[in-house]
Amino acid sequence: MPEDKTIQQLGLDEYKYGFRDPEEYFFKTPRKGIDPEIVAMISKHKNEPEWMLEYRLKALEAFYAKPTPQWGGDLSELDFDEIYYYIRPMENQGRSWDDVPDDIKNTFEKLGIPQAERETLAGVGAQYESEVVYHSLKEEWEKAGVVFMDMDSGLREHEDLVREHFGTIIPADDNKFSALNSAVWSGGSFVYVPPGVSIDIPLQAYFRINAENMGQFERTLIIADENSYVHYIEGCTAPTYTTNSLHSAVVELIAKPGARIRYSTIQNWSHNTYNLVTKRAVAHENATVEWVDGNLGSKLTMKYPAVYLVGEGARGEILSVAYAGDGQHQDAGGKIVHAAPNTSSLITSKSISKGTGRSTYRGLLKVHEGAVNAKSRVECDALLLDENARTDTYPYIEIEEKKVNTEHEATVSKVGEDQLFYLMSRGLSEEEAMAMVVNGFIEPIAKELPLEYAIELNRLIQLEMEGSVG
Amino acid sequence: MLKIENLHAEIDGQEILRGLDLEIGQGEIHAIMGPNGSGKSTLSNVLMGHPRYEVTDGAVTFFGQDIFELEADERAKLGMFLAFQYPSEVPGVSVANFLRTAVNSVREKELSPMEMYKLIQEKMRFLQMDPKFAERYLNEGFSGGEKKRNEILQMLMLDPKLAIMDETDSGLDIDALQVVSKGVNALRGPEFSALIITHYNRILRYIEPDHVHVMLDGRIVTSGQKELALQLEEKGYDWVRQEFGSAAQS
Repeated sequence: MPEDKTIQQLGLDEYKYGFRDPEEYFFKTPRKGIDPEIVAMISKHKNEPEWMLEYRLKALEAFYAKPTPQWGGDLSELDFDEIYYYIRPMENQGRSWDDVPDDIKNTFEKLGIPQAERETLAGVGAQYESEVVYHSLKEEWEKAGVVFMDMDSGLREHEDLVREHFGTIIPADDNKFSALNSAVWSGGSFVYVPPGVSIDIPLQAYFRINAENMGQFERTLIIADENSYVHYIEGCTAPTYTTNSLHSAVVELIAKPGARIRYSTIQNWSHNTYNLVTKRAVAHENATVEWVDGNLGSKLTMKYPAVYLVGEGARGEILSVAYAGDGQHQDAGGKIVHAAPNTSSLITSKSISKGTGRSTYRGLLKVHEGAVNAKSRVECDALLLDENARTDTYPYIEIEEKKVNTEHEATVSKVGEDQLFYLMSRGLSEEEAMAMVVNGFIEPIAKELPLEYAIELNRLIQLEMEGSVG
Repeated sequence: MLKIENLHAEIDGQEILRGLDLEIGQGEIHAIMGPNGSGKSTLSNVLMGHPRYEVTDGAVTFFGQDIFELEADERAKLGMFLAFQYPSEVPGVSVANFLRTAVNSVREKELSPMEMYKLIQEKMRFLQMDPKFAERYLNEGFSGGEKKRNEILQMLMLDPKLAIMDETDSGLDIDALQVVSKGVNALRGPEFSALIITHYNRILRYIEPDHVHVMLDGRIVTSGQKELALQLEEKGYDWVRQEFGSAAQS
């Protein structure tokens, strides 16, 4: 391919911070910024069907038309013209661990994924440089008809399924960032679980951004067919960058009647990343959707996982934890819409703020008329680690039905002198005492995660508290 | 072992301790009795190093070391322990997890998880505590009696050289009081000293003190043997005020 050399030259920027592997690009857009030509180039490069190209171009129109949100966080420094919208690594996807290139293995090493864990990982979809490079799926899953692959492969191999569901939960023109993602999406996971199939071991995807100024626009679609169960987990750690970078994902979940989806994320973006993610799920009759969401790092995160309870007896749960250190703003929360009778929901949001960090809970609870016996509980707790830290709560509640039962509770607490003294009097240093209080505070969320993720979450928060993470 | 000389301390600019002297030898159990507001809890907090109290004069040494140069955790590592009157709640942190962290931070060599588990089980059995207690979040939703038992459990686990009991007996029923006393008596020996701070004589029926001191207005006004506690119970704190009040204020 003639463009290879140019691309590699482009990729060999100087690495000033963080750990990075030499970037060897297979394909990278020839310039920063976004226009119809770039979008067409991405689509053409992936050999996509015509309808996807049209979808992308229409989404681009919506992106131009939509204003940048003025609520939430400060987006004034985000420059859409300073971003590469598509980069694809040189290596193609591996089916087994042995097929994964060494430099990528090294990155996993640096991310601290223990070998034992890698081996027990039942299926790993690792998004690396905008693209999933490694997938392995346990044989019995394949036999059971479970599909777990990157979104691009999903589009190629399961075009009908993708076409039927893609963008139905989050339309391209839902908001400016969903429009952007719909225009330039790349990578992400596609999961389909057939009726009655339960996957006991979580599907896991590790990924990180690895190119300066590169937006990451992964697109995930999970379809759990009737009476099936799946737990999908993603965790990511990003190294430090010198200029602002953008992460803007779209995640759509569909839980058909009687199905249950649990989606767990721990995100730790570098401190100059804008993390602007649209996540939404629909739960049909007697289906359950649970979001477990940990937000660390980033300069600004705006993320409000949503569950639309559209079938009778559906249940939605959103558990989130956010840590805002110096200079960071975590604007996170959840949205629950009750649109059917006998539906229930729970939002538990925990935030920790330190120094000039600011955490915001922004949530919507909506009960449509006719959603009788809807039951909902919203609990948001904020923990302030010092005097300057800031927290705000914006709980929007719209209830059109009389026969409902809703509760809302918000608490703000400070790590107290007495609490620290108590722990220190037992031999813990001040830092250890503080970490213990914080770990206890997030325990209700951490205990919902598999053990290794819970440990990772605690470890990341401790590193952030020590200020040793760039 | 513990030597307190002319200790003055204040909180929020108000002087509470006004020249307190006390010396505790190794293996000795001392009781300090006094009415409300005499400065008993201030003394225990100052000895352990609560940051809200300010020491304005005097000196305290523990095995010859000036403790005012040390943070609370460093004092704990030297072998000092305070059983709190009002222990803080730490939601989300289990008693077992807390004990593991605390024990390993004061010990030179960490215990293996199995040794730790056995030790916790053993001490809990000794204090007649339900094994499930170890999985509860530290002091969250504990009854008064459970909090005090938990303090004693921590004391047994940490095996201190000096335990300061800050009104550990107040609000306890007889059963809980017996358990608390059992814990202190179990540690009693040539290597263990205790300072029992109390309003009432009751606990001293279960833990026999070697010395009894009476505190009033931030000082120790009189000292004696265990008979002094009985005398106090009979005559009441008004008698102390009449007898020693002027001395304390001079």
